[in-house]
Amino acid sequence: MRLSDLPKGAAAVVDRVDDAQANDPIAQRLRDLGFVAGEPVRLVAQGPLGADPLLIQIGSTRFALRRSEAARVAVRLKEQEAA
Amino acid sequence: MSAGTLRIALVGNPNCGKTALFNQLTGGRQKVANYAGVTIERKEGRFTAPSGRVLQLLDLPGTYSFDVTSPDERITRDVLEGNYPGEAAPDLIVCVADATNLRLHLRFVLEVKRLGRPVVLALNMMDTARRRGITIDVPELQRRLGLPVVETVAVKRGGVRALIAQVDGEMPTAAPAQPDDAASRAGLHAQVRELMAATVVMPRATAQVDDALDRWALHPVFGLAILAVVMFLVFQAVYSVGKPITDAIGDGFDWLGAQAAALLPAGPLQSLVTDGLFGGLGTVLGFLPEILVLFLFILVLEESGYLPRAAFLLDRVMLSVGLTGRSFIPLLSSFACAIPGIMGTRSIQDPRDRLATILVAPLMTCSARLPVYALLIGAFIPARHVLGAFNLQGLVLFALYAAGILGAMAVGWVIKRIRRDRSEHALLMELPSYRLPHPRDVAIGLWERGSIFLKRLTGVILSLTVLMWFISTFPSPPAGASGPAIEYSIAGYLGRGLQYIFGPLGFNWQISLALIPAFAARETAVAALATVYAVGGEGGDLGQALTAHVSLASALSLLVWFAFAPQCMSTLAVIRRETNSWRNVAISFGYMFAVAYVASLLTYQIARWLT
Repeated sequence: MRLSDLPKGAAAVVDRVDDAQANDPIAQRLRDLGFVAGEPVRLVAQGPLGADPLLIQIGSTRFALRRSEAARVAVRLKEQEAA
Repeated sequence: MSAGTLRIALVGNPNCGKTALFNQLTGGRQKVANYAGVTIERKEGRFTAPSGRVLQLLDLPGTYSFDVTSPDERITRDVLEGNYPGEAAPDLIVCVADATNLRLHLRFVLEVKRLGRPVVLALNMMDTARRRGITIDVPELQRRLGLPVVETVAVKRGGVRALIAQVDGEMPTAAPAQPDDAASRAGLHAQVRELMAATVVMPRATAQVDDALDRWALHPVFGLAILAVVMFLVFQAVYSVGKPITDAIGDGFDWLGAQAAALLPAGPLQSLVTDGLFGGLGTVLGFLPEILVLFLFILVLEESGYLPRAAFLLDRVMLSVGLTGRSFIPLLSSFACAIPGIMGTRSIQDPRDRLATILVAPLMTCSARLPVYALLIGAFIPARHVLGAFNLQGLVLFALYAAGILGAMAVGWVIKRIRRDRSEHALLMELPSYRLPHPRDVAIGLWERGSIFLKRLTGVILSLTVLMWFISTFPSPPAGASGPAIEYSIAGYLGRGLQYIFGPLGFNWQISLALIPAFAARETAVAALATVYAVGGEGGDLGQALTAHVSLASALSLLVWFAFAPQCMSTLAVIRRETNSWRNVAISFGYMFAVAYVASLLTYQIARWLT
């Protein structure tokens, strides 16, 4: 599952960040910002138009990512946390 | 007592409170300049430590990682590594980290440590951390990192005492330098996790107040409504607080000019002093209050953490026309005046997005266009109601504002189509915690903006104003000449020459002539038209004079011209300043001239055909 497919409020765990092209600087920046395997993330809010950009919480930090940026991040849904 | 100065560099992630720390340490003793050849700010300050040693502090741009993605991050890295030309490597690095956001910030601390230079870690915002129940085992963190760690509260008096004592004391030994490669970078996160697990206890990942505020501020409906109210208040403040002071300054300079005129013999010298010097200075200084009011709001919004929220809400719309959510505030500022707007694009880190914003900013309807709009609309558009409720004059004014916005969107879209760099540029924007703006930081920020504006623009605007005065005064009319004096001046000849260009748009020579001073400042077109028609023997009301000599089609064409034309040379001067390139000035001037010409030509020809 991609971070961009996460339903609102859902929590997940980062699997990996995929490069959209060779030496993708955006993917590298995402990794530098802490999007690495095992890191818990949550979709906090979505932009008012086309639900874009996404507000992702990772650790104590909230990042606004456009959908195309969030699509680089593969995540696993945390089932229990939804309840 | 030790001799010589100690050079300290301040680094940290964006939003770590580094600037507040810098302000607390150095107070007003700061020097703001640019790095050579780029428009990235270089801030330097100094203070004297209790030992009597002078400490020289360099505030480097906020950085997430040394794997640089923007020019300011490159500067930070190069300065720290001692590779920046003309900048000596710092003796000591103070790395600032937000104690409430260590998971993100510690990673950069580890990167800095790998440079192999003496580093001190300042755990900033310790007061907020304590309030949120976050406990940090500082001695353990210090042991594991192998760096001195001090707690700071940058916004409180005395909150940096421990840091001063640390940097004033014995120099910490540097960790061995480590190579910076992909494999070792990947390990940094694991190290951060270990450090966090061993030294930090956080009851909650985020502040409750942030979550509560964001539920409203980022709500698809209420969020946009709140943004609209904030925008409205900013506008109101600029007009109701800034504008009267601006007018008062203009009047004050007129009065000073009149006093000077009384002292000087009539002649070119008198006219230079009153019209050129005082008129010109008045115009430049007149911008200042509006700029200060605007920047006061921008600084408060920035410090409070709201601006990135506004950018979040509007990013999608802006992206569709080749801009970014971050373009919003500079463009909003441009409704007051394009100069602070273009200066405000400094908050856009991506150079491509920044340039696109600078290019469209002058299309926003600035306050200097209003006097011209008011004159022409008042004279030519009948004050009747259409569709029951709408005032036709108001509708035309609204249409002109809309034309500016739609024009900017169209231009942004075209830039997006034609630029060679089609790569994806990221938003990747951190939404920091909400904070109460600190008066000292706001005041220092205002002081900086104001002095930059004055220093940079007085020279250019003043010299061009004097030039404008010169060409409208010389040569003097021959003895016995009947027409207005300006008709015989260089500007007069230019005006008639310009008519070959502007004739097809329906402009007579008087209007063409008025476009020359309008290039110095748009609103002077009104005064210039008044002079030409008054001295030409019409007298009476300028509106009546215009309706007698100018057709409706010409008036509409002139309105459209003012909406799009590259008019104000201060704006072009600030584009040159901010982009450090004459090419961008030429592009701005060229495209706006072309758009204005075509739009006015169409307006004139269609309106003439219809009436």
